[in-house]
Amino acid sequence: MNLRRVFAYTTRHLYLYKRSFPRLMEVFYWPLLDLLLWGFVTVYLARNAVPGFVAFFVGALILWDMLFRSQQGISVSFLEDVWSRNLLNIFVSPMTAVEYIASLLVISIVKLLLTSSVMITLAWLLYSYNIFHLGIMLVPLIANLIIMGWAIGIITTALILRFGQETEVLAWGVALFFQPISAVFYPVSVLPPPLDTIARFTPSSHVFEGMRAVMTDGAFPYDDLVWAVCLNAAYITVAVVFFSWNFRMVKKKGLLVKIGE
Amino acid sequence: MNPLVEVRELTKLFGSVKAVDNISFDVYEGEILGIIGPNGAGKTTTLQMLLDLTTPTFGEIRIFGMTLASNRPEILAKVNFSSSYISLPHSLTVRENLKIFAKLYGVDSPAARIRELASAFEIDNLMDVPVRRLSSGQITRVCLAKSLLNDPKILFLDEPTASLDPDIADKTRAMLKRIKAERGLSILYSSHNMQEMEEISDRVIFMDHGRIIAVGRPAEIKAQFDGASLEEVFLKVARR
Repeated sequence: MNLRRVFAYTTRHLYLYKRSFPRLMEVFYWPLLDLLLWGFVTVYLARNAVPGFVAFFVGALILWDMLFRSQQGISVSFLEDVWSRNLLNIFVSPMTAVEYIASLLVISIVKLLLTSSVMITLAWLLYSYNIFHLGIMLVPLIANLIIMGWAIGIITTALILRFGQETEVLAWGVALFFQPISAVFYPVSVLPPPLDTIARFTPSSHVFEGMRAVMTDGAFPYDDLVWAVCLNAAYITVAVVFFSWNFRMVKKKGLLVKIGE
Repeated sequence: MNPLVEVRELTKLFGSVKAVDNISFDVYEGEILGIIGPNGAGKTTTLQMLLDLTTPTFGEIRIFGMTLASNRPEILAKVNFSSSYISLPHSLTVRENLKIFAKLYGVDSPAARIRELASAFEIDNLMDVPVRRLSSGQITRVCLAKSLLNDPKILFLDEPTASLDPDIADKTRAMLKRIKAERGLSILYSSHNMQEMEEISDRVIFMDHGRIIAVGRPAEIKAQFDGASLEEVFLKVARR
């Protein structure tokens, strides 16, 4: 074995980390998220005897995946066009940026339906868990998660357009940033300050608080629903405005033609 | 004759760098207008602004008598673009790709149009092959077929034959000339292949450092710079 060549090729990768903030973020980001998420789950389980925790966890996992898939349906579908060097074909056609985003929203729904069907069926077969026990309240819960996923997806896509393909890691990482503060597997009360305050301004935390309330009391806390709807309305508006502004900037800076290079 | 494309005082600044510096020109119906110049001359930036991929800093672009900035969908429905530097979704077959773009451009009778173009570009036998299994030359032919799907009035081509072998490149040029003659297609053509530009262009715009330094028929450009060929003229300009 020639150690010089091993070292040379190791250096090739180290150079990447030296110049790339997104790659550097990867090194610290995932361990931090894992530590936060599973740390809070442990704290919750240690403090409480949680009745029916299988239903809590599996239900939460299925709903969280819906948010994640709706975000990925936008960001990863956009990246597919970048990877195949097809983006210019799209933007020299009469299709507008708004129509392009609308088509990504539709594809995110299709992907979500497919993956959710598989997850729901497997949860029923493997754990005898039927998410439809949540009843009609499932509709506003899912709708809010999808809209939050779309807002994250649109902002992520705008950032990849602006900063180029090396920021594509955001397509996988940004939604997971919200997982610890969404209180997916534990109540918001487990979170220490200021994370509990940040959670109050995260639509998904209200959805998961709502889910647990439906499971335990059979009633939906309407305050949480109102919070989730209002926050989502604000965030999706911000996402669309940000994307439009960013798209104009990208064209002004001549970056649209450089993405994927 | 009214021009299809009118470019007036077009300028593009990237920070303090003038990529395109106050250029004006017209493209007429049924004309092949070549854009030549060394790397960094501003050819690609000009094409990008004409396709609304990059926003000009100053100046005006009018296509079919309409301002590009405020009539983008109407104008882009009647033009098209191809380049050897772009591709198509790799997992989709050639037919699927062409169908999608036919829908994007609102093509009537897409199946017949796709058959016609597949035959013209000799890609009939590739129609059900995923794009990832094609050679770069085959992908370029598929992209050229895509660029003619909507029967455009103006075609923007950026180095369209760069990855084609001489046989297919020659057939492509012959086909473009035939379509131009039959349908009055106007083509704005950028290439580094000077022999090709001399052969195919009715007029040539010579750019250097963002400016137009000469416009005219290839013979006029050669006479102006006292060169035996466009290649010789190009080398004189690039090395001065």
